[in-house]
Amino acid sequence: MRYLPHTEDDIATMLTSSKADSLDDLFMTIPGDCRRTGDLELPEPLTEWELIDRIDSLSRDVASSREYTTFLGAGSYEHFIPQSVSHLLSRSEFVTSYTPYQPEISQGTLQAIYEYQTLTARLLGMEVANASLYDGASALAEALLMALRVTKGTRVALSRLIHPLYRQVVATYLQPTGYEIVELPYGTDGTTDLSSLDTMDDLAAVAIQSPNFFGSIEDLKTAADKTRDRGALFITAFTEPLAFGLLKNPGALGADIACGEGQSLGIPRCFGGPALGMLACKSKYVRTMPGRLVGKTEDVEGKRGFVLTLATREQHIRREKATSNICTNNSLCALAAAMYMASLGATGMRELAQINHDRSEYLKGELVTAGQDVAFSGPTFNEFVVRFTPDFSSRYDELIEQKIIAGLPIERWYPELPHHYLLCCTETTGKKDIDRFVQEVTP
Amino acid sequence: MKEISELYLPDDVRYAETHEWIRIDDDRVRIGISDFAQDQLGDIVFVELPKVGDTFGSGEEFGTVESVKAVSELYIPVGGEVLSVNTELEDTPELVNQDPYNDGWLIEIQPDELAEMENCMTKDDYIELLEGEE
Repeated sequence: MRYLPHTEDDIATMLTSSKADSLDDLFMTIPGDCRRTGDLELPEPLTEWELIDRIDSLSRDVASSREYTTFLGAGSYEHFIPQSVSHLLSRSEFVTSYTPYQPEISQGTLQAIYEYQTLTARLLGMEVANASLYDGASALAEALLMALRVTKGTRVALSRLIHPLYRQVVATYLQPTGYEIVELPYGTDGTTDLSSLDTMDDLAAVAIQSPNFFGSIEDLKTAADKTRDRGALFITAFTEPLAFGLLKNPGALGADIACGEGQSLGIPRCFGGPALGMLACKSKYVRTMPGRLVGKTEDVEGKRGFVLTLATREQHIRREKATSNICTNNSLCALAAAMYMASLGATGMRELAQINHDRSEYLKGELVTAGQDVAFSGPTFNEFVVRFTPDFSSRYDELIEQKIIAGLPIERWYPELPHHYLLCCTETTGKKDIDRFVQEVTP
Repeated sequence: MKEISELYLPDDVRYAETHEWIRIDDDRVRIGISDFAQDQLGDIVFVELPKVGDTFGSGEEFGTVESVKAVSELYIPVGGEVLSVNTELEDTPELVNQDPYNDGWLIEIQPDELAEMENCMTKDDYIELLEGEE
């Protein structure tokens, strides 16, 4: 569907048929004291080139500028976005798409969402993926609610190595429901300690993130088996889906629900948003799945067509019994992810994942050689935790002055880990950047 | 949709206000939905039933029935333990449309108080209810 602004003629026609003399007349029903009189307090308008200058000078002050070398990941990753994605995504039919209710006029958008679902299901190794949710954190919360519906359990177990902000969102979602959240601690290797699971009753779900917040790769297979023994659903969360280009996907390791953040797949880092909530599950749970779902069907003439399907799960039909109060999807971001995955293909995803892993391993190796202390021994994908010396925090600030962001200090969420920093490398982190960084942080 | 006069409403079952029926067949007690209910729902595409051994108090929700246009909850007319469920409906939920009182049955129960059936409506009471709803 195209977005076409109203012309003066359109407005005049609509005013005539609504029997209003002017737009002000049309809005008469809004009480006077709720209406603004006078102009908005805005600066004078700028020319296009003045505006570009202004935005450029603003962006030079923040570390998203190319002048900065950042080793920040922690749930939001800097990846190269092919021009094909930016170009296709700028088509007006996509940019203005709202969730398409009417298949008669929305075949393009519906098919694009269907392709996103297919690619997502393949990447995660799951049977069915929905049309997307808001972000990784809400996808995890929705996955947990889904498991509570399926199993009728009363508590969920969450690894403490799930992204701390995701856990906050989950706590917000579950707080009014009365369901209990149990935290699974982590061990010295930087992965989740599952030993407390054996004695836990009424479990609806066990949720583990891999690679986890410390960057470590979890033993999902063992966690899946233990979870099944407790009669619960196994939920795998992720913040970096690119990892599945290299690692075994959640489906292959026994996930009942896989969910997480899709920002890595062709969506730029824009100060935390917009994001893409990915959620996929086994087909047998599709009726308890939250969110929109596009299906493929045939019309009366036997031609292929795409429609929203299983909509009876949703709140416009099921009201308070709906599986979720999310009744839309993140179409534009989902389409970006679909275009990104299609642009790379399976081979491209594997190669790119390998590059990410190798860059990160190179940084890790160089740091170790320089005498730095890598905090956890387990294998990692494209980020890992380093324990710097206690005086590093002042050095961290100096490095920012030098336009280097030395990762994320994680003590705020893990008080037991002072001076620990989460460092990330992607394909955009050059060898020169890494060498310079290692030099800068080595006393 | 059918007129009330067109509905098939057998005499040998009792009806609930929420449009389920209950019937004693020899020593088993079966529950389903009425011809009126299936007709209102339209093409049924999925029936979610409880597990054998689950127990429900009178009037509690024991499952859902999903048609192309709506999902409705199923309420048990008489409380009891589920002895068996109609597994045919997993693959052929349309049996509920085609034959709501026989092949389209939903569950069999061991009632807690069979006498509670007397609280359910006879055919004539049910027709009166339907006429009132029109």
